[in-house]
Amino acid sequence: MGRIVLDQVNKSFDGVEVIPPLDLTIEDGEFTVFVGPSGCGKSTLLRLIAGLEDVTGGQIHIDGKDSTQLAPAKRKLAMVFQSYALYPHMSVRNNIAFPLKMAKLGRDKINSKVTAAAEVLNLTDYLERRPGLLSGGQRQRVAIGRAIVREPKAFLFDEPLSNLDAALRVEMRLEIGELHKRLATTMVYVTHDQVEAMTMADRIVVLKAGNIEQVGSPLELYSKPKNVFVAGFIGSPSMNLLEGPEAVKLGAKTIGIRPEHLSISDQEGVWSGIIGVSEHLGSDTFFHVKCDAFPEPITVRASGEVSLHYGEKVFLTPNHAHLHLFSDDGLRIA
Amino acid sequence: MARSNSMQLKMLTTVAAWSIGLMIFFPILWTILTSFKTEAQAIASPPLFLNFDWTLENYQVVQERSNYMRFLWNSVFIAGGSTLLGVLIAVPAAWSMAFVPSKRTKDILLWMLSTKMLPAVGVLYPLYLIFIELGVLDTRLGLIVVLMLINLPIIVWMLYTYFKEIPGEILEAARMDGATLKSEIFYVLMPMAVPGIASTILLNVILAWNEAFWTLNLTAAKAAPLTAFIASYSSPEGLFYAKLSAASTMAIAPILILGWFSQKQLVRGLTFGAVK
Amino acid sequence: MSTNASRSAARVMMAPAVILLLGWMLVPLTMTFWFSFRKFLPMRGGDLGFAGFDNYVRFLTSSSFWPAVQTTLIIVISVLVITVVLGILLAMLLDQPMWGQGIVRILVIAPFFVMPTVSALLWKNMFMDPVNGLFAHLFKAFGAEPVIWLTDAALPSIIMIVSWQWLPFATLILLTARQSLDSEQMEAAEMDGAPLLKRFWFIVLPHLGRAITVVILIQTIFILSTFAEIFVTTSGAFDTRTLTYLIFQRITDSQNIGLGSAGGVYAIILANIVALFLMRIVGKNLDA
Repeated sequence: MGRIVLDQVNKSFDGVEVIPPLDLTIEDGEFTVFVGPSGCGKSTLLRLIAGLEDVTGGQIHIDGKDSTQLAPAKRKLAMVFQSYALYPHMSVRNNIAFPLKMAKLGRDKINSKVTAAAEVLNLTDYLERRPGLLSGGQRQRVAIGRAIVREPKAFLFDEPLSNLDAALRVEMRLEIGELHKRLATTMVYVTHDQVEAMTMADRIVVLKAGNIEQVGSPLELYSKPKNVFVAGFIGSPSMNLLEGPEAVKLGAKTIGIRPEHLSISDQEGVWSGIIGVSEHLGSDTFFHVKCDAFPEPITVRASGEVSLHYGEKVFLTPNHAHLHLFSDDGLRIA
Repeated sequence: MARSNSMQLKMLTTVAAWSIGLMIFFPILWTILTSFKTEAQAIASPPLFLNFDWTLENYQVVQERSNYMRFLWNSVFIAGGSTLLGVLIAVPAAWSMAFVPSKRTKDILLWMLSTKMLPAVGVLYPLYLIFIELGVLDTRLGLIVVLMLINLPIIVWMLYTYFKEIPGEILEAARMDGATLKSEIFYVLMPMAVPGIASTILLNVILAWNEAFWTLNLTAAKAAPLTAFIASYSSPEGLFYAKLSAASTMAIAPILILGWFSQKQLVRGLTFGAVK
Repeated sequence: MSTNASRSAARVMMAPAVILLLGWMLVPLTMTFWFSFRKFLPMRGGDLGFAGFDNYVRFLTSSSFWPAVQTTLIIVISVLVITVVLGILLAMLLDQPMWGQGIVRILVIAPFFVMPTVSALLWKNMFMDPVNGLFAHLFKAFGAEPVIWLTDAALPSIIMIVSWQWLPFATLILLTARQSLDSEQMEAAEMDGAPLLKRFWFIVLPHLGRAITVVILIQTIFILSTFAEIFVTTSGAFDTRTLTYLIFQRITDSQNIGLGSAGGVYAIILANIVALFLMRIVGKNLDA
């Protein structure tokens, strides 16, 4: 139903190529997340799918139909904007009803759909209010409500949680996940926060400078990153990427090991070093260890109870099963 | 920040400001007062400030004898008509400049503003000829078109600045929601831009009402608005100060009231954004 | 954020405004240009043929030309000086805390909204009339001879009238600009021990710089085309004939269209030069 295929899609602004030719298939019902650093083109890609920008080349197929030249309204997609983009002069009810009004539905039909959507999103008490009087989370829900009533082939989310505070963000993440399970509609979600990506996605598309670096499930990206960029981007705190003679010894330009795959001991281990700054989170502690073998400090995760101090000499041992090797051009070897 | 003499300073400032304000306003005040005097009292020496016999006879005379209402109606018609026509043409133009800007947008905007700098006297005769040719000399229609043209740059400019304050994403949301261009403008843009449109109309009605070159030169008896009517008082016959004051007060009162509401618009509209 | 569809829609939507203004610019201008090169006296035979640059030369060499330029310069510069200086002072004053500030603002702004013909007649009759005007009464009260303003001091009279009309504009603009000055800057200066006058000179004035420039440019353009005030009071007599009025008279009184058109072309060039500067400032702001 909501299968989206991007075929050699590329985009240039004023002669500058922002997205080189790109192929991607998003299966029906999938929750796909576009993630990457600022300026990597993820929002642009989303807007190309939505039809708010024209592609410079290539084709977009929605549900098997070539939609490249179709106007946004005709693509039967719904978008939730970062700033929610609610109509400030209309009540919540009219905001949600607007797409139905544009589709020329009858008054009764509109009312029943709006009421249904409001119930699902806990907005029934706010139907007559104006957006200006709502909290961020409520506005978020109205934006989602407006998207739901359209019964679109796919939902497009453009960094919808960036404007919310941390606690609300966690809550809304779960709600959106819930929504996806319930509606089983394709969702394309853009974010720069890899935690959101990891927790919500069926599949993640990692983008850098318009290029797709890797596509895969969260676990795939976590355990088998294709290159140095993806390895360093996914995972929090990020993977330690180490160069130097130790790396060469193992046959690679760069080796990667996650903080959680290193063990620390004050008695024995493979690499020796001195403890620098440590971050105590209660459940875990992250030590930044300055090792002799490597120019940069290594981050190590340990249980919250381990008690080691600044300046102490320690030893680190990597778990070889989780050691990643990258060649000269940053690609994965093992 | 401790200021021991702030109360004194405030009083001093208030006195100074009020004095200067009243001095500046005085001519207008005097005119309004004189309009209620008899002609004899209007030229009394020493001048009477408030202690005269207030009368409404001047207002009556001006209205009866000189067909004042027709000139008033002409002013309303011309000022209102040219502004509304201007808004009709300007809204689409401002929409495209604000929401679909291209590389040329800024240049086009600047060019439009520069057309307002055209010295009227430089095109007086051609316009006169054109008007005669088209048979619109001394008609309200002709004047509506001319005043619309000279104010169009300001109307476009003001609407452009107000439209720019509307987040583009909201219009995009409307597009995603299935709105056609007409629906987008009608259901979403216009309601949000109502205050801006009102302000623009306000300022331009004022500018058109006060316009005193084309209204003086392209009209005669039929289409003359108040500007021309007052000008005809400049060759006096006999005592007429009180009547002049009455006619003037009636001519300027509506605009003074409107003007009070339009201060912010004035800055926005006439400095073309160079002053915030 | 544009697609091909919205871009073509935009072009269509801009068309009416652009076409109308283009027409407004080109058609009359071309005609004026055409007339300026012809000997055209409608009262004495109409179009009398090609005149080359005759009209242009005649306009410049006419005995009324330089006096008109002088008059124009005097009026423009005087009004600018008066309105800007007083405008700055007034803006400073109005920015201070006081009682009834809103009403004072209305009082000060009011003259701008009075139509030029009313204001000219107001001043001409009620104030400047040598017999019945208020100034006459004032002078007589001090035992002095009343001035016959519009004949003996016509230029200053015009300057007075025009300044009165434009002072509110300058004040309002400068006040707006003044109020956009971050109060923290002033407070920091005060903490640094700077006295009031120095604070004004080094912080406020530079900040107002751009606003002052805009006021000067805009007012110049509009004061250059002052018409109604002169029309209604002196009709250009007694040395009050500005360039604009001179051109006007060539067209309406002498009915020498060719000559008047040449003058018109000069006026247009002059206005465009000033406009160029103004547009550059506006343009810089548009990018911001």
